Amino acid sequence: MATTAIPTTKISGGSFLLDDRRPEEVFTPEDFSEQHQLIGQTAEEFAVNEILPNVEKIEHKDFSVTRDLLKKAGELGLSGVEIPEAYGGLEMDKVTAAVIADHIAKYAGFATTWGGHTGIGTLPIVYFGTEGQKKKYLPRLAAGEIVGAYALSEASSGSDAMNCRTKATLSSDGKYYILNGEKMWITNAGFADLFTVFAKIDGEKFSAFLVEKGFPGISIGAEEHKMGIRGSSTCPVILNDCKVPVENLLGEIGKGHVIAFNILNVGRFKLGAMCVGGARVAIEHSIAYAKQRKAFNKVIADFGLVREKIANMAVGIYTGESLVYRTVGMMDAALNEVDKSSPDAAKETRKAIEEYAVECSIIKVWGSEMIDYVADEMVQIYAGYGFVEEYPAERTYRDARINRIFEGTNEINRLIITGFLLKRAMSGQLPLMPAIKKLMDEVLSGPSSDELDGPLAEESKLVGQAKKLGLFAAGAATQKYMQAIQDQQEIMGAIADMTIETYAMESVVLRTQKIIQAKGENAAALPLAMTRVYLSQAMGKIEAAAKKVIAAVADGDMLRTQLAILRRLAKYEPFNVIELRQQIAQKMIERGKYGIA
Amino acid sequence: MKILVCMKQVPQKDAPLKLNETATWIREDVSYEVNEPDAYALEEALRQKEKHGGEVVVITSGPARAQQVLREALAKGADRAIHLEDNAFVGLDAFNTARAFAAAIKDEQFDLIFTGLQSDDYGYAQVGVILAELLGWPHATIIMQIEKTDAGIKVKRELEAGFFQFVDMPLPAVLTIQSGINKLRYATLIGIKNAKNKPLRKVALADVQSAIGNNLQMIEKLYIPQKTKNTEFIEGPPAEVAKKLVEKLRNELRVL
Repeated sequence: MATTAIPTTKISGGSFLLDDRRPEEVFTPEDFSEQHQLIGQTAEEFAVNEILPNVEKIEHKDFSVTRDLLKKAGELGLSGVEIPEAYGGLEMDKVTAAVIADHIAKYAGFATTWGGHTGIGTLPIVYFGTEGQKKKYLPRLAAGEIVGAYALSEASSGSDAMNCRTKATLSSDGKYYILNGEKMWITNAGFADLFTVFAKIDGEKFSAFLVEKGFPGISIGAEEHKMGIRGSSTCPVILNDCKVPVENLLGEIGKGHVIAFNILNVGRFKLGAMCVGGARVAIEHSIAYAKQRKAFNKVIADFGLVREKIANMAVGIYTGESLVYRTVGMMDAALNEVDKSSPDAAKETRKAIEEYAVECSIIKVWGSEMIDYVADEMVQIYAGYGFVEEYPAERTYRDARINRIFEGTNEINRLIITGFLLKRAMSGQLPLMPAIKKLMDEVLSGPSSDELDGPLAEESKLVGQAKKLGLFAAGAATQKYMQAIQDQQEIMGAIADMTIETYAMESVVLRTQKIIQAKGENAAALPLAMTRVYLSQAMGKIEAAAKKVIAAVADGDMLRTQLAILRRLAKYEPFNVIELRQQIAQKMIERGKYGIA
Repeated sequence: MKILVCMKQVPQKDAPLKLNETATWIREDVSYEVNEPDAYALEEALRQKEKHGGEVVVITSGPARAQQVLREALAKGADRAIHLEDNAFVGLDAFNTARAFAAAIKDEQFDLIFTGLQSDDYGYAQVGVILAELLGWPHATIIMQIEKTDAGIKVKRELEAGFFQFVDMPLPAVLTIQSGINKLRYATLIGIKNAKNKPLRKVALADVQSAIGNNLQMIEKLYIPQKTKNTEFIEGPPAEVAKKLVEKLRNELRVL
């Protein structure tokens, strides 16, 4: 496996809430190796030369084009980076996987197909397949000769996958499982060759099966009429006495949930990367339109309220890149310690990735909400033209929306974020409780002044404050609800919001510090401006979320005391975000697209 | 056939350019890419190798960052690379660049040397031609097609106004390749992965210093053209207006 460009120490998942990191400990896009850059270029050229000229055809569901593109992507190696070399893959690092996802995602219709194929369509076999299953399917999946799909959801079970009604029964001769049931919302179903289907053996033991399209008893329902990603295929999969050979049972009987939950975890970071890639396309269109559309004898790119939108889009992309690549860099550092030749390699790899479940969920939630915001503002910049199909904004807007729903809804992911952290805190794996206690003692002893110096000292201090605000609110909430906090979804969600924003804040600050260290403060003016704008936005959200939690858990004098503490923790001198956004927008408009120089 | 392809790293086409402090060249902090005509030269070399066998070697000069174009070429199928690595190479004129290349390959025996028709930055279109002269080889420019013959090669040159010229040439020879004559291949991931292990020979400035001299050509000043707009209405009967218009286009604007 290729190592990432910088040596990173192994950092435990979720520890960002407690530990301060130094810039040299995080991976950033500025650390891409020559190899990462070349691969990014290949993915970019593939998207521009092969995918984009075919958008109209694919959007009208000419899936023969899609199949050709999957084949081409396979030939180039773009679909095999997460597959071991022994099974026809390239076995490269997660940074590479993210780089490809980021650059290939120029058209959501195809990106969804490709993501479904290389992610949930292929990874179950990579991580849970037997030697025979891997040999049989992985080389052809890597090459794009066959297309994979993942059939978990049903009409009445989505995120609560265990509630599945599809049944499997062993045939009397013991050679087949007979599957009966109906799966819904299956990406790639219309043209996929291989489905990972979840069913309960004898109605009890939740298990996974590899079902080929040619097996007797599987049929594909009609295409759904979707709001967006119309260039992807989404159909029900009907299993009617479907005969699946016993050797196609995936993983262990009754352990389907391990596959179901892990597979989403191990692929989630790529969704975040794709959202960043999509946003880069959206800002480019938005700038081009704003530069040519005139109103009141000026181009609208000259107007402050339009510039503000363009600046915010850029800030979103910069922050998204910082989040995604920091996280994959951490994963790679952990994965470098896995012995690839050991028989447990697949399991160890999975565990190393699962370590960062919180960070991956953060990327998914944050990225999908960022692209949704960007798409929304894109429509606004196009205004009337944004509302009609002839211009790209309308499709971008519709396409963006699904990201908050699939691969675990953002609500489920928020619960995962807080739940995972609390679980680790309770088990002592993450010393969250001592940190909360220390903070409580600290705030009760009055204002402190921890002075920092060096580049971005003020900004780093804000990150520290954000962490404290999160701990403070989480502490107050756990004190009140104890274990029962799991049932307080709104509180769990608010804590997740603070956690997400804190991780994002820290990621941008560390990246910008790293840029300043390498190139000096003058060359980093734009990253610095974007960092400050992001911090301002995030602090506002964190303060609001903390207030929401405190107001729910305290009242009377206690509430007033807590609010006083909260105000102290949230206090900072605001940045001149109007001027900063003007500067950012100016650079983007000059360049015609997103960039940081 | 053993083919050398001269490649250059140039600022990305859509990079916002800023002049350096002395206004003699652009600031270094831009993104770079492979000079487009060189990409076609490489593609043509790879196709020739696929047809006739042999070896494709790529060469470039410039600072460490320039190595990226060599890696890209290796990833696409070139067999090995030569990097004249020093920041000073950026400032050499075409004559000196050709002299440095000639010195760096003096122990090699190539059948063909390809360059792109010209570079997207300076646009001199000179390195290939001068290199041929230094080596004492024949050359042909603006090449659109190459066919191997018993005696050497037959090439198709692009002339003006849709005319072409076919030339039979002996080998070895230098050819400067026109953009767009073939379809560029992608660097596959396996190619990129393998490129890391292909040989890359570094040549220091000191190694070729004795071959080069003072630049004969120098950029004294660069500036970004001022955008100006001036509208003038010519009035009168159409015949007179046309006459005046032609006069202005010819004498004032000098576009006719």
